[in-house]
Amino acid sequence: MTDTQWDLWEVFTQKKPGAPFEHAGSVRASDKEIALQNARDVYSRRNEATCLWVVKSDQIVSSSPEDLGSFFEPANDKVYRHPNFYKTPEGIKQI
Amino acid sequence: MEAELIEYCTRLADTSLIAGQRLTEWCGHGPILEEDIALSNIALDLIGQSRLVYAHVSELKKDGTSEDDIAFGRDANEFKNFLLAEQTNGDFGKTILRQYLISVYQYHQYTLLQQSTNQFLSAFAAKSLKEVTYHVRHSGEWVLRLGDGTDESHLRMQTALNELWLFTDDLFDADQLETTLADKNIAANIAQIKDLWTKQVTQLLTEATLTIPVAHNFLRKGSRKGIHTEQLGYILAEMQFLYRAYPGAKW
Repeated sequence: MTDTQWDLWEVFTQKKPGAPFEHAGSVRASDKEIALQNARDVYSRRNEATCLWVVKSDQIVSSSPEDLGSFFEPANDKVYRHPNFYKTPEGIKQI
Repeated sequence: MEAELIEYCTRLADTSLIAGQRLTEWCGHGPILEEDIALSNIALDLIGQSRLVYAHVSELKKDGTSEDDIAFGRDANEFKNFLLAEQTNGDFGKTILRQYLISVYQYHQYTLLQQSTNQFLSAFAAKSLKEVTYHVRHSGEWVLRLGDGTDESHLRMQTALNELWLFTDDLFDADQLETTLADKNIAANIAQIKDLWTKQVTQLLTEATLTIPVAHNFLRKGSRKGIHTEQLGYILAEMQFLYRAYPGAKW
Protein backbone atom coordinates (compact mmCIF):
# COMPACT_ATOMS: atom_id res chain seq x y z
CA MET A 1 0.00 0.00 0.00
CA THR A 2 1.37 3.37 -0.94
CA ASP A 3 0.75 6.32 1.33
CA THR A 4 -1.75 8.55 -0.44
CA GLN A 5 -1.63 11.21 2.23
CA TRP A 6 -0.11 14.61 1.57
CA ASP A 7 3.35 15.46 2.84
CA LEU A 8 3.86 16.00 6.53
CA TRP A 9 4.95 19.46 7.68
CA GLU A 10 6.15 20.49 11.14
CA VAL A 11 4.63 23.65 12.56
CA PHE A 12 6.41 26.18 14.77
CA THR A 13 4.61 29.06 16.46
CA GLN A 14 5.94 32.29 17.86
CA LYS A 15 3.88 33.57 20.76
CA LYS A 16 4.99 37.17 20.47
CA PRO A 17 7.46 39.09 18.32
CA GLY A 18 11.00 38.34 19.43
CA ALA A 19 10.07 35.15 21.30
CA PRO A 20 11.56 31.84 20.18
CA PHE A 21 9.60 29.63 17.81
CA GLU A 22 8.24 26.53 19.50
CA HIS A 23 7.23 23.26 17.93
CA ALA A 24 3.42 23.06 17.98
CA GLY A 25 2.73 19.88 16.03
CA SER A 26 2.34 18.84 12.43
CA VAL A 27 -0.08 19.13 9.51
CA ARG A 28 -0.59 17.41 6.17
CA ALA A 29 -0.47 19.67 3.14
CA SER A 30 -0.01 19.54 -0.63
CA ASP A 31 2.39 22.49 -0.79
CA LYS A 32 3.87 25.30 1.27
CA GLU A 33 0.98 27.79 0.98
CA ILE A 34 -1.56 25.17 2.03
CA ALA A 35 0.82 24.03 4.80
CA LEU A 36 0.97 27.58 6.13
CA GLN A 37 -2.82 27.96 5.96
CA ASN A 38 -3.43 24.59 7.61
CA ALA A 39 -0.96 25.48 10.35
CA ARG A 40 -2.82 28.76 10.85
CA ASP A 41 -6.17 27.00 11.05
CA VAL A 42 -5.08 24.17 13.31
CA TYR A 43 -2.53 25.79 15.61
CA SER A 44 -3.38 29.48 15.91
CA ARG A 45 -7.14 29.57 16.34
CA ARG A 46 -6.85 30.38 20.03
CA ASN A 47 -4.41 33.26 19.77
CA GLU A 48 -1.34 31.08 20.11
CA ALA A 49 0.81 32.80 17.52
CA THR A 50 2.01 36.03 15.99
CA CYS A 51 4.14 34.25 13.41
CA LEU A 52 4.31 30.74 11.97
CA TRP A 53 6.97 28.55 10.44
CA VAL A 54 6.24 25.39 8.52
CA VAL A 55 8.94 23.05 7.37
CA LYS A 56 8.69 19.72 5.61
CA SER A 57 9.23 17.01 8.19
CA ASP A 58 11.70 15.13 5.98
CA GLN A 59 13.89 18.24 5.83
CA ILE A 60 14.58 18.10 9.56
CA VAL A 61 17.81 16.36 10.50
CA SER A 62 17.51 14.67 13.87
CA SER A 63 20.04 12.94 16.05
CA SER A 64 19.14 9.31 16.68
CA PRO A 65 18.59 7.52 19.99
CA GLU A 66 21.93 5.71 19.50
CA ASP A 67 23.65 9.10 19.59
CA LEU A 68 22.47 9.64 23.16
CA GLY A 69 25.67 8.47 24.81
CA SER A 70 28.25 10.05 22.57
CA PHE A 71 26.33 13.29 21.99
CA PHE A 72 25.01 14.23 25.38
CA GLU A 73 26.51 12.23 28.23
CA PRO A 74 29.98 13.82 28.12
CA ALA A 75 28.34 17.06 29.27
CA ASN A 76 27.00 15.43 32.43
CA ASP A 77 30.12 15.78 34.61
CA LYS A 78 31.23 19.20 33.43
CA VAL A 79 29.43 21.44 35.87
CA TYR A 80 31.97 24.18 35.26
CA ARG A 81 30.24 24.85 31.97
CA HIS A 82 27.30 26.24 33.87
CA PRO A 83 27.65 29.85 34.96
CA ASN A 84 26.98 28.94 38.58
CA PHE A 85 30.26 29.99 40.12
CA TYR A 86 29.93 33.73 39.86
CA LYS A 87 28.53 36.13 42.42
CA THR A 88 26.06 38.55 40.94
CA PRO A 89 25.99 42.02 42.42
CA GLU A 90 22.74 42.73 44.21
CA GLY A 91 20.22 44.81 42.34
CA ILE A 92 20.83 43.26 38.95
CA LYS A 93 17.51 42.13 37.63
CA GLN A 94 17.92 40.97 34.09
CA ILE A 95 19.81 37.79 34.75
CA MET B 1 -34.22 55.99 7.77
CA GLU B 2 -34.10 53.62 10.71
CA ALA B 3 -36.21 51.07 8.83
CA GLU B 4 -33.89 51.24 5.83
CA LEU B 5 -30.86 50.75 8.02
CA ILE B 6 -32.46 47.76 9.72
CA GLU B 7 -33.21 46.25 6.32
CA TYR B 8 -29.67 46.83 5.05
CA CYS B 9 -28.13 45.33 8.17
CA THR B 10 -30.44 42.33 7.93
CA ARG B 11 -29.26 41.69 4.38
CA LEU B 12 -25.62 41.75 5.46
CA ALA B 13 -26.19 39.47 8.42
CA ASP B 14 -28.44 37.00 6.58
CA THR B 15 -25.80 36.30 3.94
CA SER B 16 -23.16 35.69 6.62
CA LEU B 17 -25.48 33.48 8.66
CA ILE B 18 -26.68 31.31 5.80
CA ALA B 19 -23.19 31.00 4.26
CA GLY B 20 -21.89 30.06 7.72
CA GLN B 21 -24.68 27.59 8.40
CA ARG B 22 -23.99 25.88 5.06
CA LEU B 23 -20.32 25.49 5.93
CA THR B 24 -21.12 23.93 9.31
CA GLU B 25 -22.51 20.95 7.39
CA TRP B 26 -18.88 20.08 6.62
CA CYS B 27 -17.99 19.82 10.30
CA GLY B 28 -16.76 16.26 10.82
CA HIS B 29 -16.94 15.52 7.07
CA GLY B 30 -14.03 17.57 5.71
CA PRO B 31 -11.81 15.99 3.05
CA ILE B 32 -8.91 16.06 5.51
CA LEU B 33 -8.73 16.97 9.17
CA GLU B 34 -6.99 20.30 8.52
CA GLU B 35 -9.59 21.40 5.97
CA ASP B 36 -12.40 20.32 8.27
CA ILE B 37 -11.06 22.75 10.86
CA ALA B 38 -10.48 25.45 8.23
CA LEU B 39 -14.10 25.27 7.01
CA SER B 40 -15.40 25.31 10.58
CA ASN B 41 -13.24 28.33 11.36
CA ILE B 42 -14.72 30.20 8.41
CA ALA B 43 -18.23 29.13 9.42
CA LEU B 44 -17.66 30.46 12.93
CA ASP B 45 -16.30 33.76 11.58
CA LEU B 46 -19.40 34.18 9.42
CA ILE B 47 -21.88 33.26 12.13
CA GLY B 48 -20.01 35.62 14.48
CA GLN B 49 -20.41 38.43 11.95
CA SER B 50 -24.11 37.80 11.65
CA ARG B 51 -24.48 37.83 15.45
CA LEU B 52 -22.83 41.25 15.72
CA VAL B 53 -25.23 42.67 13.18
CA TYR B 54 -28.36 40.96 14.53
CA ALA B 55 -27.51 42.28 18.00
CA HIS B 56 -27.33 45.76 16.50
CA VAL B 57 -30.61 45.28 14.63
CA SER B 58 -32.19 44.11 17.86
CA GLU B 59 -31.10 47.38 19.52
CA LEU B 60 -32.38 49.46 16.60
CA LYS B 61 -35.76 47.76 16.69
CA LYS B 62 -36.41 48.68 20.31
CA ASP B 63 -39.36 46.29 20.47
CA GLY B 64 -37.79 43.47 22.42
CA THR B 65 -36.98 41.40 19.32
CA SER B 66 -33.85 39.43 20.24
CA GLU B 67 -30.92 38.31 18.16
CA ASP B 68 -32.31 34.75 18.31
CA ASP B 69 -35.80 35.88 17.26
CA ILE B 70 -34.29 37.42 14.14
CA ALA B 71 -32.16 34.41 13.23
CA PHE B 72 -34.60 31.66 14.18
CA GLY B 73 -38.01 33.28 14.13
CA ARG B 74 -38.29 34.40 10.51
CA ASP B 75 -39.49 32.46 7.51
CA ALA B 76 -37.72 32.07 4.17
CA ASN B 77 -39.40 35.04 2.52
CA GLU B 78 -38.12 37.32 5.28
CA PHE B 79 -34.52 36.23 4.76
CA LYS B 80 -32.46 38.50 2.52
CA ASN B 81 -29.30 36.43 2.08
CA PHE B 82 -27.84 36.09 -1.41
CA LEU B 83 -29.14 33.11 -3.36
CA LEU B 84 -25.53 32.04 -3.77
CA ALA B 85 -25.10 31.59 -0.01
CA GLU B 86 -27.93 29.05 0.28
CA GLN B 87 -26.80 26.77 -2.57
CA THR B 88 -25.96 23.22 -1.52
CA ASN B 89 -22.40 22.21 -0.67
CA GLY B 90 -22.01 19.57 -3.39
CA ASP B 91 -18.42 18.38 -3.39
CA PHE B 92 -15.57 20.25 -1.70
CA GLY B 93 -14.78 22.06 -4.96
CA LYS B 94 -18.27 23.51 -5.25
CA THR B 95 -18.30 24.56 -1.60
CA ILE B 96 -14.95 26.31 -1.82
CA LEU B 97 -15.88 28.02 -5.10
CA ARG B 98 -19.17 29.27 -3.63
CA GLN B 99 -17.27 30.56 -0.62
CA TYR B 100 -14.73 32.27 -2.83
CA LEU B 101 -17.40 34.11 -4.83
CA ILE B 102 -19.10 35.27 -1.62
CA SER B 103 -15.88 36.14 0.21
CA VAL B 104 -14.60 38.36 -2.61
CA TYR B 105 -17.94 40.18 -2.53
CA GLN B 106 -17.77 40.63 1.24
CA TYR B 107 -14.16 41.73 0.98
CA HIS B 108 -15.01 44.65 -1.29
CA GLN B 109 -18.28 45.38 0.46
CA TYR B 110 -16.58 45.63 3.87
CA THR B 111 -13.64 47.58 2.45
CA LEU B 112 -16.06 50.21 1.19
CA LEU B 113 -18.19 50.05 4.34
CA GLN B 114 -15.19 51.06 6.43
CA GLN B 115 -15.86 54.55 5.08
CA SER B 116 -19.54 54.44 6.03
CA THR B 117 -20.84 57.45 7.93
CA ASN B 118 -22.71 54.98 10.11
CA GLN B 119 -20.46 54.22 13.05
CA PHE B 120 -21.69 50.71 13.64
CA LEU B 121 -21.24 49.71 10.01
CA SER B 122 -17.76 51.16 9.70
CA ALA B 123 -16.60 49.50 12.94
CA PHE B 124 -18.23 46.19 11.97
CA ALA B 125 -16.61 46.32 8.52
CA ALA B 126 -13.15 47.08 9.88
CA LYS B 127 -13.34 44.15 12.29
CA SER B 128 -14.80 41.65 9.85
CA LEU B 129 -12.54 42.62 6.96
CA LYS B 130 -9.60 40.84 8.63
CA GLU B 131 -11.57 37.60 8.74
CA VAL B 132 -12.83 37.91 5.20
CA THR B 133 -9.34 38.68 3.87
CA TYR B 134 -8.32 35.23 5.06
CA HIS B 135 -11.46 33.61 3.62
CA VAL B 136 -10.58 35.03 0.20
CA ARG B 137 -7.02 33.77 0.48
CA HIS B 138 -7.99 30.29 1.65
CA SER B 139 -10.80 29.69 -0.82
CA GLY B 140 -8.94 31.39 -3.66
CA GLU B 141 -5.86 29.20 -3.29
CA TRP B 142 -8.09 26.12 -3.46
CA VAL B 143 -9.98 27.31 -6.53
CA LEU B 144 -6.61 27.83 -8.19
CA ARG B 145 -5.31 24.39 -7.26
CA LEU B 146 -8.47 22.48 -8.14
CA GLY B 147 -9.26 24.42 -11.32
CA ASP B 148 -5.74 24.03 -12.60
CA GLY B 149 -5.29 20.59 -11.05
CA THR B 150 -6.09 17.17 -12.50
CA ASP B 151 -8.58 16.52 -15.32
CA GLU B 152 -11.06 15.31 -12.71
CA SER B 153 -10.71 18.32 -10.41
CA HIS B 154 -10.86 20.73 -13.36
CA LEU B 155 -14.06 19.11 -14.64
CA ARG B 156 -15.69 19.27 -11.21
CA MET B 157 -14.74 22.93 -10.75
CA GLN B 158 -16.02 23.89 -14.20
CA THR B 159 -19.30 22.08 -13.48
CA ALA B 160 -19.60 23.91 -10.16
CA LEU B 161 -18.84 27.25 -11.79
CA ASN B 162 -21.49 26.68 -14.48
CA GLU B 163 -24.02 25.94 -11.78
CA LEU B 164 -23.11 28.72 -9.32
CA TRP B 165 -22.71 31.42 -11.95
CA LEU B 166 -26.51 31.43 -12.30
CA PHE B 167 -26.70 33.15 -8.93
CA THR B 168 -24.00 35.79 -9.34
CA ASP B 169 -26.21 38.46 -10.90
CA ASP B 170 -28.25 38.43 -7.70
CA LEU B 171 -25.22 39.83 -5.86
CA PHE B 172 -25.45 43.08 -7.80
CA ASP B 173 -29.20 43.48 -8.08
CA ALA B 174 -29.29 46.86 -6.32
CA ASP B 175 -32.69 48.20 -5.36
CA GLN B 176 -33.85 51.70 -4.40
CA LEU B 177 -33.07 51.14 -0.74
CA GLU B 178 -29.44 50.22 -1.25
CA THR B 179 -28.90 52.94 -3.83
CA THR B 180 -30.33 55.58 -1.50
CA LEU B 181 -28.23 54.38 1.44
CA ALA B 182 -25.14 54.30 -0.75
CA ASP B 183 -25.82 57.87 -1.93
CA LYS B 184 -25.87 58.91 1.70
CA ASN B 185 -22.52 57.15 2.25
CA ILE B 186 -24.10 54.68 4.64
CA ALA B 187 -24.13 51.57 2.47
CA ALA B 188 -21.48 50.30 0.06
CA ASN B 189 -21.96 51.24 -3.58
CA ILE B 190 -22.97 48.09 -5.46
CA ALA B 191 -21.75 49.28 -8.87
CA GLN B 192 -18.32 49.75 -7.32
CA ILE B 193 -18.39 46.31 -5.68
CA LYS B 194 -19.41 44.78 -9.00
CA ASP B 195 -16.43 46.35 -10.78
CA LEU B 196 -13.93 45.19 -8.19
CA TRP B 197 -15.52 41.75 -7.81
CA THR B 198 -15.66 41.09 -11.55
CA LYS B 199 -12.04 42.09 -12.04
CA GLN B 200 -10.73 39.96 -9.18
CA VAL B 201 -12.89 36.90 -9.83
CA THR B 202 -12.21 36.92 -13.57
CA GLN B 203 -8.49 37.10 -12.97
CA LEU B 204 -8.40 34.18 -10.56
CA LEU B 205 -10.79 31.98 -12.54
CA THR B 206 -8.72 32.59 -15.68
CA GLU B 207 -5.57 31.68 -13.82
CA ALA B 208 -7.36 28.56 -12.59
CA THR B 209 -8.02 27.70 -16.28
CA LEU B 210 -11.77 27.89 -15.71
CA THR B 211 -14.19 29.39 -18.21
CA ILE B 212 -16.81 31.85 -17.06
CA PRO B 213 -20.09 30.73 -18.63
CA VAL B 214 -21.41 32.97 -21.41
CA ALA B 215 -24.15 35.24 -20.18
CA HIS B 216 -27.16 33.14 -19.36
CA ASN B 217 -30.44 34.68 -20.28
CA PHE B 218 -31.78 33.14 -17.12
CA LEU B 219 -29.80 34.46 -14.19
CA ARG B 220 -31.65 34.02 -10.94
CA LYS B 221 -32.28 37.10 -8.80
CA GLY B 222 -34.59 38.19 -6.03
CA SER B 223 -32.84 37.77 -2.69
CA ARG B 224 -33.43 41.41 -1.76
CA LYS B 225 -37.17 40.81 -2.11
CA GLY B 226 -37.03 37.58 -0.13
CA ILE B 227 -37.46 35.40 -3.20
CA HIS B 228 -35.30 32.32 -2.72
CA THR B 229 -34.43 28.99 -4.25
CA GLU B 230 -35.91 25.91 -2.60
CA GLN B 231 -32.59 25.28 -0.81
CA LEU B 232 -33.16 27.91 1.84
CA GLY B 233 -36.21 26.17 3.29
CA TYR B 234 -34.17 23.07 4.10
CA ILE B 235 -31.49 25.11 5.84
CA LEU B 236 -34.03 26.96 7.96
CA ALA B 237 -35.85 23.76 8.88
CA GLU B 238 -32.66 22.36 10.35
CA MET B 239 -31.32 25.61 11.79
CA GLN B 240 -34.54 26.79 13.39
CA PHE B 241 -36.04 23.52 14.58
CA LEU B 242 -34.92 23.70 18.19
CA TYR B 243 -35.83 27.32 18.71
CA ARG B 244 -39.27 26.83 17.21
CA ALA B 245 -39.99 23.58 19.02
CA TYR B 246 -38.92 25.10 22.33
CA PRO B 247 -39.59 28.84 22.05
CA GLY B 248 -37.22 30.90 24.16
CA ALA B 249 -34.89 27.93 24.70
CA LYS B 250 -31.42 28.91 25.90
CA TRP B 251 -28.23 26.96 25.21
